[in-house]
Amino acid sequence: MENKPLYSVSATFNDINKVYEAIQKINEVGYKNYDVHTPYPVHGLPHAMKLKSSKLGWVTLIFGFSGAIFAFLFMYWVNVIDYPLVVGGKPFYQLPAYIPVIFEVTVLSASVFTVVWMLFILFKFPNNSHPLIDTDYIKRVSVDRFGISIQANDEIFELNKVKEFLKSLGAEEIFEIYYKVDELKDRPRIFDKKFLAFLALTSIVVSAITYFILNQLLFMSPFNWMHEQFRINPQTSTTVFKDGFGMRNPVEGTVARGYLPYPFKGKPAEAEMNLVNPLIPTQQVLKLGREKYLTFCSPCHGNFGFGDSRLKGQFPNPPTLHSDRLIKMKDGGIFHIITEGQNVMPGYASQMTVDERWAVVHYIRVLQRAVNPKESDLR
Amino acid sequence: MSYENQTFEAKPLPARFKQISFGLLFLGLVLSALAFTIDSHRALANYNVIFSLLVSVVVGNLFLFAIEYLSGAVWSTVMRRVNEIFISFVPIVFVLGLLILFNSHSIFHWAHEEAVKTDKLLQWKSPYLNESFFIIRYFIYFVVWILFALVMIKNSFNQDKSKDQILTYKNSRLSGAFIPFFAITLTFFSIDFLMSTEPHWFSTIFGVYYFSGTVLAALSVLTLAVIFLHEQGYFGNILRRDHFYNFGALLFAFVNFWAYIAFSQFLLIWYANLPEETFWMIHRWEKGWEIFSFILIFGHFVIPYFSLLSQQAKSNLNRLKFMAIWILLMHYIDLYWLVMPSLYKEVVFGWIEISFIILGVGIILVLFIWRYERIKNIVPVGDPKLKRSLEFHL
Repeated sequence: MENKPLYSVSATFNDINKVYEAIQKINEVGYKNYDVHTPYPVHGLPHAMKLKSSKLGWVTLIFGFSGAIFAFLFMYWVNVIDYPLVVGGKPFYQLPAYIPVIFEVTVLSASVFTVVWMLFILFKFPNNSHPLIDTDYIKRVSVDRFGISIQANDEIFELNKVKEFLKSLGAEEIFEIYYKVDELKDRPRIFDKKFLAFLALTSIVVSAITYFILNQLLFMSPFNWMHEQFRINPQTSTTVFKDGFGMRNPVEGTVARGYLPYPFKGKPAEAEMNLVNPLIPTQQVLKLGREKYLTFCSPCHGNFGFGDSRLKGQFPNPPTLHSDRLIKMKDGGIFHIITEGQNVMPGYASQMTVDERWAVVHYIRVLQRAVNPKESDLR
Repeated sequence: MSYENQTFEAKPLPARFKQISFGLLFLGLVLSALAFTIDSHRALANYNVIFSLLVSVVVGNLFLFAIEYLSGAVWSTVMRRVNEIFISFVPIVFVLGLLILFNSHSIFHWAHEEAVKTDKLLQWKSPYLNESFFIIRYFIYFVVWILFALVMIKNSFNQDKSKDQILTYKNSRLSGAFIPFFAITLTFFSIDFLMSTEPHWFSTIFGVYYFSGTVLAALSVLTLAVIFLHEQGYFGNILRRDHFYNFGALLFAFVNFWAYIAFSQFLLIWYANLPEETFWMIHRWEKGWEIFSFILIFGHFVIPYFSLLSQQAKSNLNRLKFMAIWILLMHYIDLYWLVMPSLYKEVVFGWIEISFIILGVGIILVLFIWRYERIKNIVPVGDPKLKRSLEFHL
């Protein structure tokens, strides 16, 4: 042991008050490089040792804030940008609902990253060698004793003096701690081949064991992006219902939203009497009517309603929309024809919604008035 | 150590402090009497706020006292006498509350018989919210508080002379019995005096909300008193950084607790979106009341949180003094925010409110002087924990 350099002289104490007194005396004598070891956290020690306050708090603060900001932005992105979903009638951006999550993520990231920072930056993990490790001294002070160790690299360190000094402070046992050989040429080992190989091996073994237990022993399929769900798919059979059909008919009398049944089926006269156009012919409505007219009506009736499309002569001629009968017909009657069809013309109820049909009626009126203008229009 | 031969006799308070205290009380009395003659409804509502603040301080201190015995804490044993001074106000606070009891018609909507007759909800609540039961409950609360307070303080004072360790044991047992009573009485007290000013509202977390503010108010008053006595030299050199650190830590903890409870109440009401609950919150978010809501969010949580976050701040006496006054003010605003919007549609804050603040401060200071002059030792000299408390290290 003699040829290895001395790291420190360390002493154990049985009372925390003795340690505080000892620290005071050590400060008076003027040792700078010393450390105190206790089996549990003693919060007054850094102040008594006149240490500068730890910077670790700032790491915690910064990672806490980053966690809060990340949680907020992530939830905002999910709820407002990527997948807006109405929950409980609340708006997409709902700060009160975010706050519990922000709080949790703040705590999580602050605590986890503080530990990671401590291990990897401050303790230089995976370097784990320190002269104190595996000594009788450290075994004592991690159980039931307090310890002070004065390091040999201190300016005024003299082995025998320090030993006597510690004894005079009321130390129980005094240890001389020497470096072990390889600790002198200590270097960062985070890229050490052995360490990286160990990491790789660990991850492979853990994945393999997880796969074996979950997927092989417990028959859980690997992560499947929710393709397999406990539900009855369309057009499949099931044992839940007696008839074996997975798809169900709606309850009799069910009316789908926006699809009220047409009350004047096969009653054109009544429809003309009772139906009134609910839309006001605004520019927007007329634009819609024009679009739908050009899509569904113009193939037969022609772009301007003269019945002159290219179907003319190949088919029973489509009638003109500028006949007296149609000019005099009320809006309800035209609506009924669009809805139900007439002669060879099929009904367009399944192609156009109610509002779209009414918009087409308005547009037909526009066409009629353009061809047969009123006196006032010509002035 | 050096202080082992020291005596801990209480020195008299400076005359100037007494003059200021009595002056404040006198000013407060004159102004609030004037307020009563001008606008008795508003004055009584303010009086209710100040009364609740006094209960916060006094009963909160009783809670801290019980917690010290229950947890076997040693750091606070040296300042326990100050704690006891505040606890001994309980009978006076009881007398002060009688004024509200005799005028319950003025601020409690449920106390109007005509209003209850036409109101189904109030009829349904009337087995609880009626005047005779209200008075009975008031007496129950104060009988519980006064009994526990007087017996436990008496034990503590007797220990000074007898140095009998069995008294500490007795007080620990009493503290254990007190905590459940405390939880129930404080919860119902808050429901009676604060929540029932808006009798149509529902909230099951209200008692805890008031409790969180109570502990903060008690802690800040205690912190202020201890730092005042320490800086004037009444404690000699026995209080150190390590002792004050705990005040900072507890204030910080309860600032967080208050925010946690306040947000829990808000979040559930906001999420459930039931009209019988949300109207209370909405009312506090319009017509000028939102200023006070914002003051609470930032003043009662954000500012104290960051002021007390760092380790140095928790034992910095100037910071602690400032934050104690600040938090006490915020607790006042908290209570004001609970009571006044229930009674007034639009925000009211003027000389009447300020005169009642002066009255409240005056009452606390004068009662403090009155009780302080009757104690012999400023430290519980007979307590078996005293030596450990004097040598307390973090």
